[in-house]
Amino acid sequence: MSHENPIPMTPVWEHEDTSRIPFWAYTDEDIHKQELEKLFYKKHWCYVGLEAEIPQPGDFKRTVIGERSVIMVRHEDNSIYVVENVCAHRGMRFCREKHGHVKSFTCPYHQWNYDLEGKLQGVPFRRGVKQDGKAKGGMPKDFKTSDHGLTKLLVATRGGVVFASFDHDVESFEDFLGPTMLSYFDRMFNGRKLTLLGYNKQRIPGNWKLMQENIKDPYHPGLLHTWFVTFGLWRADNRSELKMDEHFRHAAMISTRGSGGKDTQTTNVSSFKESMQLNDPSFLDVEVEPWWDGPTAVMMTLFPSVILQQQVNSVSTRHIQPNGHGSFDFVWTHFGYEDDTPDMTERRLRQANLFGPAGFVSADDGEVIEFSQQGFEQKPFHRSLAELGGKEIEETDHMVSETLIRGMYAYWRKVMGV
Amino acid sequence: MKADNYLKLTQFYQNYAAMVDQENWDAWLDMFSEDCVYKVQARENYERNLPMAALSLTSKGMLKDRIYGITETIFHDPYHQLHLVSSPLILSESDDGIIESQANYTVFRTKNNGIAEVYNVGRYLDHLRLTEQGIQIKSRLCIFDNEMILNSLIYPI
Ligand code: FES
Ligand SMILES: [Fe+2]
Repeated sequence: MSHENPIPMTPVWEHEDTSRIPFWAYTDEDIHKQELEKLFYKKHWCYVGLEAEIPQPGDFKRTVIGERSVIMVRHEDNSIYVVENVCAHRGMRFCREKHGHVKSFTCPYHQWNYDLEGKLQGVPFRRGVKQDGKAKGGMPKDFKTSDHGLTKLLVATRGGVVFASFDHDVESFEDFLGPTMLSYFDRMFNGRKLTLLGYNKQRIPGNWKLMQENIKDPYHPGLLHTWFVTFGLWRADNRSELKMDEHFRHAAMISTRGSGGKDTQTTNVSSFKESMQLNDPSFLDVEVEPWWDGPTAVMMTLFPSVILQQQVNSVSTRHIQPNGHGSFDFVWTHFGYEDDTPDMTERRLRQANLFGPAGFVSADDGEVIEFSQQGFEQKPFHRSLAELGGKEIEETDHMVSETLIRGMYAYWRKVMGV
Repeated sequence: MKADNYLKLTQFYQNYAAMVDQENWDAWLDMFSEDCVYKVQARENYERNLPMAALSLTSKGMLKDRIYGITETIFHDPYHQLHLVSSPLILSESDDGIIESQANYTVFRTKNNGIAEVYNVGRYLDHLRLTEQGIQIKSRLCIFDNEMILNSLIYPI
């Protein structure tokens, strides 16, 4: 893109492959609106929560898909429904509590009442008022409550995790993930009941895709996250793999911590100090769990809405909630498993200090995303470079590649038509 | 509570804020006892009895490690903090010198080239030990109201 025409009317992907990513992909509000339609509201399953957040019939949690407010609720028959938080009458976003317990939903404005599936049950003054023996006002005779329910989403639950889609023609959740991703998903959510440990929430002033990229980028952890390296946690020669689904939209970064030992070639960080010891080593009091089946860390990016984290004993979902092209809320839900001992729960909580908005190896991710966005905004005609490991898109058995990012943008281009 | 103890307590709260604002981390560490607990936790987690916290440090060693992290390893935008701390409310006082008290706080953040912004608002919920030598923190919970942390939280509150 030339400097004379810094913001093109129709964004064009000029480079032949995805080893260059135009900045307008992060700065254009129109692109963002299209992403919401094409990625969050159509053809994709988006994360809404954990079953453990709504254990009892009538329990609900309000959350979002893209920028649309939705409610996840457990029905009397124990199944889970997801409905849009917009009243069918005059459109009010009626549910104001973040979570709670209800028998039905009522919009305060005119008291329209919906059951837990979102079906309209009651309309005040539907038959008008009786005056002088005559009915006056009210809804016309042909008004049918069945035509005016809440927008109902398709729901998929697996292993205690709930996904939903506005698109009723979306492929099955299993097909959406594909066999490789599904196997890693099932590894983490293998049928044991989950227990909710709580939330961390941060607002990051950057484009939401940057968070997907961040977790598809094994280049940075050993360089940006000095803490990892300082305490001998991250070595570039750890056994690792990068995997994707067949569309390259989802990915997993899989790594297995080696036995340790020093090797200067693996650490290029200037502040690396061989002798550094934690004052309290319990931050890193790791206990190998049988379900790991090898890998000590698996970071999955499920496009577009969620990241699934296993970093040793710390497990969480990280929900991406965009608000405009230049900002998103990042909601971490930490959990454990029903058979965790109190010690294991403590361990998960202690290790959580590494993650989240204050985390030793996560706080810096939010920061670099903010400053990347600043760079994009100042020269939207420019592009970034993702060429580590070549220009191809392929699975690898090492971490020195940006192939997952190239893969994601190949898929993004296809869906976005650019 | 005796008036001079309340005065000591007030002084302690204000001194804590001053030390944090001045990034005097040695002084900050000195305010805690060895077996201390320090947490920065969202009000939502606290009120729903969910144990997760943005920071959950359960020994003085962990506090030291945190200071090492924020001064040596975590990359972040430079910023200053300014705390406004209300006068403490005594919740209980035991014979062995343990005071349970709380105080509201507001933290403003100012970045380089920036304007001060409201960064974190909440209350301290404390267990303090009052001795002849002074006051030490047994536990400090910073329970914050903000639904979203403004990107990252680096320094102690
Ligand atoms: S807008 Fe909801 S009842 Fe009227
Ligand atoms: Fe990172």
